[in-house]
Amino acid sequence: MPAKPAGPTPQPWNSPLVDKLKRQYGTGLQAWTYLGQNYLEVDRSLFPTVLQLLRDEEQFDYCVDVTAVHYPNRERQFDVVWILYSFARNERLRVKAQFADGEHVPSAVAIWATANWLERETFDMFGTQFDGHPDLKRILLPDGWKGHPLRKDYGIIQQDNEWVQINLGIPSGQ
Amino acid sequence: MTDPNSSVLHLDLDERDKTFLDANELILNMGPQHPATHGVLRVILRLDGEKVLGLECVIGYLHRGVEKIAENRTYTMFNPYVDRMDYVAAVSNGLGYCEAVEKLLNIEAPARANYVRVILTELNRIASHQLWLGTHALDIGAMTPLFYTFRDREEILKIFEKYCGARLTTHAFRIGGCQYETYDGFEKDVKKFLTFVAPKINEYEELLTTNRIWVERTKKVGTISAKDCIALGVTGPVLRASGVKWDLRKAQPYAAYKQFDFEIPTGQNGDTYDRYLVRMAEMRQSLRIIQQAVDSIPEGPIMAKVPKVMKPPVGEIYHSIEAPKGELGYFIVSDGSTQPYRVRVRPPSFVNLQALDLMCRGQLVADVIAVIGTLDIVLGEVDR
Repeated sequence: MPAKPAGPTPQPWNSPLVDKLKRQYGTGLQAWTYLGQNYLEVDRSLFPTVLQLLRDEEQFDYCVDVTAVHYPNRERQFDVVWILYSFARNERLRVKAQFADGEHVPSAVAIWATANWLERETFDMFGTQFDGHPDLKRILLPDGWKGHPLRKDYGIIQQDNEWVQINLGIPSGQ
Repeated sequence: MTDPNSSVLHLDLDERDKTFLDANELILNMGPQHPATHGVLRVILRLDGEKVLGLECVIGYLHRGVEKIAENRTYTMFNPYVDRMDYVAAVSNGLGYCEAVEKLLNIEAPARANYVRVILTELNRIASHQLWLGTHALDIGAMTPLFYTFRDREEILKIFEKYCGARLTTHAFRIGGCQYETYDGFEKDVKKFLTFVAPKINEYEELLTTNRIWVERTKKVGTISAKDCIALGVTGPVLRASGVKWDLRKAQPYAAYKQFDFEIPTGQNGDTYDRYLVRMAEMRQSLRIIQQAVDSIPEGPIMAKVPKVMKPPVGEIYHSIEAPKGELGYFIVSDGSTQPYRVRVRPPSFVNLQALDLMCRGQLVADVIAVIGTLDIVLGEVDR
């Protein structure tokens, strides 16, 4: 049987924006495009300056989303993703960076006010600490909850038995 | 000085008052059980008499862990869960998810499916706006529009029921197209609905638009400028009412929207009255789109050739649509297996709700209710 044709793979992305960023940041930044969507893989030391530059000079004035993905088998386990959009250019851009477990991520709240609740949710679900966030506390889960559910080591039917026992009065915690 | 963009509350206390023992500020809890918060939303208000100094939203009462569930279901199995987030506009949620997975699988829904998708999504937009109008007017005190809008919404729900069997959580679309062919009489029903509802929208406008009480309760209430909207990431009718002419159906068209001719209504002042006008105009534009679509549904297959076992190649995708509430986005990461590695839903209501604090500063308590209504939030989407 013939082998299945290989699916699409990320291709290097070239554009004036990428050239400018590469001139500024050199090897700390790589630009790819996959299925028509462009994304940058940026070294974590370049944050938050690269986001500031994208907003101030490249008109990415709308922060669509801030989220994270957990890869437990990797050395730097978290992929923090910022999805940005520019009204003027009608262009969407993804910026990704890899952070280790427990490493602090610079907050983007000073750049886009949207990032406030989005970062709170990422902290709630993954435990990533954002440096410079005015009020980093849990948003979706109750305040006393222990554990960060969207991590891969948090089981799907697991819950914080202690919180359930205390607050819901269920002695077994289930 | 108070920084209106800061999320930390600062109080400007008069020098004399700092020495008084009686509190100048009152902390009032608008608890999770409240008839006007459109779901389980808790708002903690800091009041000076009746004036709002600041507020904090406590959410998460309806958090069901949908993103975690997605990691343990296959792509098709997760499809019904998506409806339950924004349960008022379930069809839009399904459209966004199906389109995102189709992009990841690199397949395209056939033209006929796209037209049917557009018709159902626009019907759902009208239904969602009608529900919004009824509940928003009810919160402000006008009880009649509720009955009118819910009665007229029934016609749309009947069409959904005939098409896919459900009124609310429709699961109307499948990855690759639509599962069900349009039933006999679908076009006739939709055309009948269009002629039925156009005068009804005029009826709602007659009740409210020039009504003195409505105008006084909604003009200059909850004003937000375009700059603040963009900084806070607010999208949808709220952004358009502040003057930014931006709609994802025109800026980054998806489904069959490129084929249709429609306008993007905008407002100028960004207050509650403008948002009301924008949504009413949007209902009319939806009627226009449906009219064009139902007259020209192409023949052809309703479902693309999709593998039975869906294993998208390794990669990520972000796809967003213009849901009735704003930009609804899906960020899906695939690791090559049958189950998604991560599904992130970017909910418009969650991001829009962040703006509540800014919009309510300096207003009265009664205006907080009006602003929560005008933001058009659905807690299922805020909390997921």
